[in-house]
Amino acid sequence: MPLGYFLGLSAFMFTVGVLGVILRRNALVIFMSLELMFNAANLVFVTFASYYQILTGQIFVFFVMAVAAAEVAVGLALMVAIFRTKRSIDIDQMSSLKG
Amino acid sequence: MPVIGTIFYTFLAIVAVGSALGMLINRNAIYSALFLVLNFATVAVLYLSLGAPFIALSQITVYAGAIMVLFLFVITLLGAEKLPGYEPIKGHRLVAIVLAFVFIAELVLFFFFRNQVTGPIPLIGPEFASPKNIGVLMFTEYLLPFEVVAFILLSATVGAIMLTKPERKVTTKLSQQQD
Repeated sequence: MPLGYFLGLSAFMFTVGVLGVILRRNALVIFMSLELMFNAANLVFVTFASYYQILTGQIFVFFVMAVAAAEVAVGLALMVAIFRTKRSIDIDQMSSLKG
Repeated sequence: MPVIGTIFYTFLAIVAVGSALGMLINRNAIYSALFLVLNFATVAVLYLSLGAPFIALSQITVYAGAIMVLFLFVITLLGAEKLPGYEPIKGHRLVAIVLAFVFIAELVLFFFFRNQVTGPIPLIGPEFASPKNIGVLMFTEYLLPFEVVAFILLSATVGAIMLTKPERKVTTKLSQQQD
């Protein structure tokens, strides 16, 4: 399979993730779009690990997964804490710092 | 490439792209999460076809298994699957979609105009990325990052527990005396 197939698929998935962060207002869906972007980056890592026959890319994918898990744990805890005080997770309502 | 391979990869690409778009478009956050699970599973199959079985199975267990279940749990806990739909800034969606097209055009142009020839991905034997090889590499050359990631996970767990702990009433000595 040519390299461009995987790179194109990854680029498209990354763009959909960026669009999700820009367009959606539900903070949980924005988090999911972040995960989609991580996933696209991981796909490129694995593709080049196979292309150049170097295992380091796959090790880095493993580290990215672990850090993403940590990020999701803290992020969802923050969502729950914000929901407790504001009764909503609409990011347009999180404007208390606005002057 | 034989025809069956082309059909296989086209099918995977359609499922991955369609589930990503479904996650983006769907108004209900629970359906978005389920579309994302489908996307992760599809990418795991792509990892398998790239000769990375360990990463593919970690993708299934960590992403589709752990992270997305956490997402679904929080969505149902908060009851936040739907928000009232309106467009806060006029023309917001149009500008975002135009920007996305510009971004993807940049990526495609970069791929076509750099002067380096890329060949097809070579076939990979099962020994290349076996769990044994990955484990050996991870515990010799990448031991320090491994430990750092373990510490990050520990501190994230502690932080999550601290953030979601309900606020206790602060009982000072003064209030105890008043009681």
